[in-house]
Amino acid sequence: MQDFGAAFLHAFELLLSFDPDLMEIVGLSLEVSLIAVAIAAIVGMPLGALLAVLRFPGRGAVLVVLNAFMGLPPVVVGLMVYLLLSRAGPLGLLQLLYTPAAMIVAQCLLVMPIVAALTRQTVEDLHREYDEQLRAFGIGPLGRVATLLWDGRYSLLTALLAGFGRASAEVGAVLIVGGNIDHVTRVMTTAIALETSKGNLALALGLGVVLILIAMAVNALVLALRNTADRLSYA
Amino acid sequence: MPDGTCARPLQADLPAGGRAILPLSGRGLKVMHDGRALLDLEEIQLSGQGLTAVMGPNGAGKSLLLRVLAGLVTPGRGAVLWGEVPPRRDLRNRLGFVFQNPVLLRRSALANVAYVLSHAGLSRKQARSEARSVLVRARLGHLADRPARLLSGGEQQRLALARALALTPEVLFLDEPTASLDPASTLAIEEMIGAARRGGTRLVLVSHDAGQARRLADEILFLHRGRLIEHSRAEAFFEAPASREARAYLAGEILL
Ligand SMILES: Nc1ncnc2c1ncn2[C@@H]1O[C@H](COP(=O)(O)OP(=O)(O)OP(=O)(O)O)[C@@H](O)[C@H]1O
Ligand SMILES: [Mg+2]
Repeated sequence: MQDFGAAFLHAFELLLSFDPDLMEIVGLSLEVSLIAVAIAAIVGMPLGALLAVLRFPGRGAVLVVLNAFMGLPPVVVGLMVYLLLSRAGPLGLLQLLYTPAAMIVAQCLLVMPIVAALTRQTVEDLHREYDEQLRAFGIGPLGRVATLLWDGRYSLLTALLAGFGRASAEVGAVLIVGGNIDHVTRVMTTAIALETSKGNLALALGLGVVLILIAMAVNALVLALRNTADRLSYA
Repeated sequence: MPDGTCARPLQADLPAGGRAILPLSGRGLKVMHDGRALLDLEEIQLSGQGLTAVMGPNGAGKSLLLRVLAGLVTPGRGAVLWGEVPPRRDLRNRLGFVFQNPVLLRRSALANVAYVLSHAGLSRKQARSEARSVLVRARLGHLADRPARLLSGGEQQRLALARALALTPEVLFLDEPTASLDPASTLAIEEMIGAARRGGTRLVLVSHDAGQARRLADEILFLHRGRLIEHSRAEAFFEAPASREARAYLAGEILL
């Protein structure tokens, strides 16, 4: 118990003194996860919206697969990306393995199905409401996608939030493709796992606290935005 | 001012004579559902000028008829022609539709109008400035920057109508645009309808309000159970309806 209290104290010391090692790890984590979510959003949102708008044979099967991919195990995605990027793999020449870029790729693959599937759901609800009006305006499929994504923007924050939560919390994928190399690919989750196993509880706890604070800050921000939208009837 | 140069942005794209949708005709239109004919009309044609009021009891098929003519519902049998061609997406912005429950985008009133203008090919800036003058003409200028969905029911209806009129459509369908509005808002809508008609827009209006139909309509289509029971000049219709159903409807009897 004493250990625990001391570890906590030390953790806050590290936090309040902006310990450079800690800050570096936090910075890289944010960078990797935010870029992964941004790419996943740029690709996944239009994809999800297109799935909401279009009717084609096999659509049901696509939706089942997409929804199932929301729960892909991070280690499996990590393994796939590892195989792709390893020296003998098809993309081995890029020499991306054990770099932040590899971690971004892995997290992006994890997050994209979540963003696309949640976008599909949100946009489909909105489309039900807008469909006839947009048809009366003569808007084609791509115009529809753009309109629905824009008008659903506040509701779609939830999809981004879920994606970011997934990216920032996972260990397995970044560990496999990043390798948890100090000053290169060490992020919060992999560092917590390592420091805990080394018995360095203060650093692990400090990182854990930061991780939770970030999650809360992001959630608060999204909630505030959505409240504004509700007030304006834009949500 | 951009107003002068782009107030009628689409005129240049129209074929000679400027009419792409008219004459609008339907032949042998039939919409079935579960073995019941929701709509069953031999022939209907809209041409020239003026306003056609569609009347009939709830469930008669008035809204459905408008949807079919506007190309939003494809009839099971029969065909609608806009000019010489079946309904086409690229002609849609020559045609306006104000739904029984209008759908306003989750944007400001101004952005709702600018939306249709920019989809018709105006630049963002042109669309916004033209949208502002559309709102001012509809006496909604003071509401331009308000979220459309926070407007009152009457203001929303006027906005939906102003939006539908923004491209000066050739044909405008209005599905009970003044249901549940107070007399002042009703008057405002009727004034906008009158202005559109003077501007040459062919109007089709669904209304349960006999007074309104009398004020605005040139001709009446009376529907009952999906069938066209009566098609007559407005004065004749209100003076002496030819059918038993129309007589009963106008007398306020419940039609079954
Ligand atoms: N998509 C649909 N599927 C099944 N039935 C429909 C559909 N659309 C309309 N109907 C039915 O067709 C009939 C005509 O509907 P419509 O909305 O045209 O009536 P209306 O004359 O506009 O009535 P109201 O005055 O109440 O607006 C109704 O019985 C309605 O239930
Ligand atoms: Mg109706």
